[in-house]
Amino acid sequence: MNPVAKIRGPISVLRRSDVDTDQIIPKQFLKRVERTGFGEFLFFDWAKEPGWDLDPNPILVTGRNFGCGSSREHAPWALEDFGFKALVAPSFADIFYSNCTKIGLLPVPLPEAEVSSLMDAVDAEIDLEDQVVRFDGREVPFQIDPETRRRLLGGLDDIGVTLQSADAIEAYERGRERAGPVTTGL
Amino acid sequence: MATTLNGEQAAPASGGSLFDKIWGAHEVADNLLYVDLHLVHEVTSPQAFESLRLAGRGVRRPDRTLATADHNVPTDGSKVAAQIADHLSRVQVETLERNCEQFGVPIYSIGSDRQGIVHVIGPELGVTQPGMTIVCGDSHTSTHGAFGALAFGIGTSEVEHVLATQTLQQRKPRSMRILYSGELGYGVSAKDLILGTIGRIGVAGGVGHVIEYAGPPVEALSMEGRMTVCNMTIEGGGRAGMIAPDDTTFEWVQGRPGAPAEPPLEQWRQLRTDDGAQFDTQVDIDASQLSPQVTWGTTPGMVTDVTAAVPEPKGENEERALEYMALEAGTPMQEIELDRVFIGSCTNSRIGDLREAAEVVKGRKVASTLSAMVVPGSQQVALQAENEGLDEVFRAAGFDWRSAGCSMCLGMNPDTLAPGERCASTSNRNFEGRQGRGGRTHLVSPKMAAAAALEGRFVDIREWA
Repeated sequence: MNPVAKIRGPISVLRRSDVDTDQIIPKQFLKRVERTGFGEFLFFDWAKEPGWDLDPNPILVTGRNFGCGSSREHAPWALEDFGFKALVAPSFADIFYSNCTKIGLLPVPLPEAEVSSLMDAVDAEIDLEDQVVRFDGREVPFQIDPETRRRLLGGLDDIGVTLQSADAIEAYERGRERAGPVTTGL
Repeated sequence: MATTLNGEQAAPASGGSLFDKIWGAHEVADNLLYVDLHLVHEVTSPQAFESLRLAGRGVRRPDRTLATADHNVPTDGSKVAAQIADHLSRVQVETLERNCEQFGVPIYSIGSDRQGIVHVIGPELGVTQPGMTIVCGDSHTSTHGAFGALAFGIGTSEVEHVLATQTLQQRKPRSMRILYSGELGYGVSAKDLILGTIGRIGVAGGVGHVIEYAGPPVEALSMEGRMTVCNMTIEGGGRAGMIAPDDTTFEWVQGRPGAPAEPPLEQWRQLRTDDGAQFDTQVDIDASQLSPQVTWGTTPGMVTDVTAAVPEPKGENEERALEYMALEAGTPMQEIELDRVFIGSCTNSRIGDLREAAEVVKGRKVASTLSAMVVPGSQQVALQAENEGLDEVFRAAGFDWRSAGCSMCLGMNPDTLAPGERCASTSNRNFEGRQGRGGRTHLVSPKMAAAAALEGRFVDIREWA
């Protein structure tokens, strides 16, 4: 994962709420065994609707509960591959939010009124170091788990970080791991 | 009030709940959770295995990992991956088989008599047990919470993380209890209970929460019913859904291939929420008030009673939904005519579900105006149903009896709706295009789907005979 620090530039707006991951990347594209190349299929069906207009700007601003439904990480992959580097919404679905942070696509929750204002702006700057979104001469703070922020800023490999706790995992397995089930013995 | 990480409202921490107990027993370090069981399927795992390979890492605990092929498999009775006509689907299933072989992960792929939908075979094999932590690269992993386990869906990066470390980095979610009172009326099922619940809390109502379902109407449910409820937790936005295990649970688990020879019942009985335990959010629902439910829109929260009419749309999302569904406000739900019926999916494809549907269908005929299919959740369910003669009941009525897989729940295999087709489905998602581009999905219980297949439209199962 590449480090994330400041994301600056024009915004794209999608004024819909409860956007599910089936819309972000429909099932027919989940058959691929690679991680890349999903961007051209982003919002595959919606993109055919008259009046659809979504540019690959660095920042996507959208409605509440974005990314609900399926756990497919293909959705963040498609958004990132299309060109988005950050997503701003009043709220995100849990699995989707987590998936975004794993690939360096920054999800930024802001209060509904701030999201509305941002939708009317032309561009914005998201500063992960300072945890603020800057637009129209204002600074709006956003929340992020400190550990997630640290990993994003450092572009750290999650597995590498966890393996620093290998001793704790081994100790858990020695002393506290439950007996079974053993999937290899069925 | 402060908001949490993904923008939802925060609330104080809790203590003494079933969720707290399981969480506490699995914390390896701060925000690092040990995983007892990792279920794997062909769609969300190939990139994880590939990354492991590139990093020179192995699977830490193949003995706590189990794979099957379900999303992509055709339901035409194909016995080996080589028979899958769709090239990409075949490659994906073959890739899973190769990865499992290379990394030593046990797999029940297409052709195995233990193959099936991952959330059907886990419980069926007895590897889903009370008190466990269970993850899978699939949002409906919440199903396994029906056994008093903490079970939730993860993404592919996390699949890789669990394969490599058998742990997951996870902040403790908030807790919610949905406490049901009363009892479910005649003809009102677990599916109606959960659809009615989502209709009340909304599709984001559970975001950030692990939900415990409790109260007499839940305790009265069969394990199949409990799985249906927990399965759809994610449709209400919940991270995981769970139900305290009891004798119903223990009887169901005992004797299955993965179950302990001598179940630690004493320990399992401790897996319940203590009196006075705090929840961040509490919801109370009178189950007696629930009717059979039918969705009318494009989220599971757009749902109403079968006796009601399509509601007036509130806001742009609902207007858009009605347009997509080609429905007009005020149309009685029972006047909506159907083209297809699908009985299956990880929500409603277990033997209990098929028995309920078969009871409705027995001795009757599918309406000439539609086509209907039954897709058992696993080869074991199919076998059991065939032993009981249910396949014959369905076939005689004009249903297509298929072999196991996810099938038309998401239409990754050849089972899909054509554009404009309207389907009564026992699955979990009525999103736009979910069952096929342009397809229109109405979510219902197995009995309601069966009756709809016979009548060609929705009927109130309580009055229908």
